[in-house]
Amino acid sequence: MRLAPAWNSSWLLSRIKIPRLRSILLACSLMFNGCRTTEEAGLVEFWAFGSEGEVARQLAAEFERLNPEIRVRVQQIPWSAAHEKLLTAYAGGNLPDVFQLGNTWIAEFAALRALDDVSARFGNTGRKGDYFEGALDAAVVDGRMWAVPWYVDTRILFYRRDLLEAGGIASPPRSWEGWFEVMSRIREHTGDFGLFLPIDEWEVPVILATQQGAALLKDGNRYGDFLHPDFQAAFDSYLRWFREKLAPAETSGQMANLYREFGRGYFAALITGPWNLGEFRRRLPALDAAAWDTAPLPSFDGSYPGVSLAGGASLALAAASKRKEAAWRLIDFLTAPPQQIRLYRLTGDLPPGRTAWRDPVLAGDRKAQSFRSQMDRLAPLPKIPEWERIASRIAVCAEKAARGEMAPATALEALNTEADRILEKRRWLLERGL
Amino acid sequence: MRLNPVFWFIAPALALLAVFFFLPAAAALGLSFTDFDIYALADIRRLRFVGLDNYRRLAGDAEFWMALRNTLYFVAVGGPLSVLVSLAAALLVNHRLTPLKGLFRSLLFLPVVTTLVAVAVVWRYLYQPRYGVLNYLLGGFGIGPVDWLGDPHWAMPAIILMAVWKNFGFNMIVFVAGLQSIPESLYEAASIDGAGARQRFFRITLPLLAPSFLFVAVITMIGHFQLFAEPYVMTQGGPAGSTLSLALLMYQQGFRWWNLGYASAIALVLFGLVLSLTVLAAGLRRRSGG
Repeated sequence: MRLAPAWNSSWLLSRIKIPRLRSILLACSLMFNGCRTTEEAGLVEFWAFGSEGEVARQLAAEFERLNPEIRVRVQQIPWSAAHEKLLTAYAGGNLPDVFQLGNTWIAEFAALRALDDVSARFGNTGRKGDYFEGALDAAVVDGRMWAVPWYVDTRILFYRRDLLEAGGIASPPRSWEGWFEVMSRIREHTGDFGLFLPIDEWEVPVILATQQGAALLKDGNRYGDFLHPDFQAAFDSYLRWFREKLAPAETSGQMANLYREFGRGYFAALITGPWNLGEFRRRLPALDAAAWDTAPLPSFDGSYPGVSLAGGASLALAAASKRKEAAWRLIDFLTAPPQQIRLYRLTGDLPPGRTAWRDPVLAGDRKAQSFRSQMDRLAPLPKIPEWERIASRIAVCAEKAARGEMAPATALEALNTEADRILEKRRWLLERGL
Repeated sequence: MRLNPVFWFIAPALALLAVFFFLPAAAALGLSFTDFDIYALADIRRLRFVGLDNYRRLAGDAEFWMALRNTLYFVAVGGPLSVLVSLAAALLVNHRLTPLKGLFRSLLFLPVVTTLVAVAVVWRYLYQPRYGVLNYLLGGFGIGPVDWLGDPHWAMPAIILMAVWKNFGFNMIVFVAGLQSIPESLYEAASIDGAGARQRFFRITLPLLAPSFLFVAVITMIGHFQLFAEPYVMTQGGPAGSTLSLALLMYQQGFRWWNLGYASAIALVLFGLVLSLTVLAAGLRRRSGG
């Protein structure tokens, strides 16, 4: 469609005999063509990241077929650059109409006033009841819905069933204590590690803390609450894996080839997300499918499954968008159950709604069903813009404590002080009502 | 009043400098007295003028001191090492018995022009603790496996090793140019007077290389203070912050957490540090020259 005018103008240009005039006109026509495409009325800009970015074009093509008056311009951005790119785009007034947003960033972009409140639009779809509560809640900040969940990413256990069975355990334990015993037995048996917990990540300490009932922050998220006995207990149970040498003190970057090490039995289990369902199948062809399995997280208190985190990404509508109607239609299309299933087939991203989970492709997949069970027990992270910074400090302090460079109590002191300092601006803003 | 025509000739260059250098530098200075962050980005009323608070906070920030220590470590160990390696390489490449000088010069210069990201991928393989070539070779000498990028004590040496390998080619070329400007007749005269190879090196080569030496030392020092890309692609500042440099900390504060006020303060401290050391080096040069 965009080819035709360009072809026409070049045909016209070829008839002009004065060389200089021709080149000037050519430059002008290129400029105007460029302008027209960005100002086209029905053009929706859409940014997606990582593997979703890779398939966004395909998904958008289907949308364009059904809505011929709307064109979608997709831009793919790697995850590692996504956050910076979105913030710089916001600062430059260049945010696209629709963009993927990691759930932990929603509070931040809401505070920037970069997002359009989609509560009313979403309410009209009547799909609210279909979503898992934990998944939907991730997009709600201060009672307003700022984005529509696109897929859910939560952490569960991936473990070597054959190694457990060799140790005499038929089904995965339902408590952390049970796992601890199993891992100790495997360690005695083979000399390899039990659980791989990347030493530089905050997710597992935070999951354990949430399971212990720790609130992480207190007083309306104004202060850190890392000295609370619940958090201390969780932190201790996290460090215990390293203390007893049941987990290797390695970062995820150090584990040269996670899949090969898992296949080799260097460790018997790890806590990871849905993307690894596909990766494990693809990268471990030699490992029998029955040799490994997934399980929802265990707990401390006997409940099952234990709580895990509500991660994933949502689709947001830019507050500054000039084409909100068309943009919303794209979001509505992409987040409907049929497209949730399509996204799962293309990328392995898990649907946030119940309807999609009844599709045979998911209902018949035992390993994916562990995620389905986990969906019923999801806890939100603190929804404040400062969360990622605090989380990165948790990772730093946990690493120092796990490596024995800092006593656990000192590490938590330091963490709490830093969290309080990071939240200082928030306290100031809340005081002033800004 | 008529302006000197010279002004119009240098005006474009001055304008460019003003817009793209002095203005941003002044803005950074201004920002460093505020708490500019994402809140302020959305609404300027949320910006606070905090005076010297950012600098005071820096003084009490353990992470800043760690980054400063790491950077100084890198400058103090990596800098001299880099200069010595390039000098040795220049002497070898320039030696009259060396065949195919042009080829060796180009080969040794290759790492300088290679993309750092590609180099980092390869070096990550070399450093891999269980399957890496480096540990395999060390194992041949009975040295136990070293977790190069994972052990907080070894990560900085590993970064230094890679940085030296990556950058010595440039200094080598400067030294080769310096060596080639030393007249052959001096060496001949010295030989006739009975000077050995070592005496010729210490009495002729080194003194006459002094200008190149100083140039190389200053450039290397400035470059090493700005250590960023190597830890950014290899370790992201880890493990346990052992490769976090000042420039990397500045980047993280500025573009990861969007604390532009605090990041500007770090930038200015780094600037002050490099400036004072450069002035010191320039003073040394004047004294030795005059």
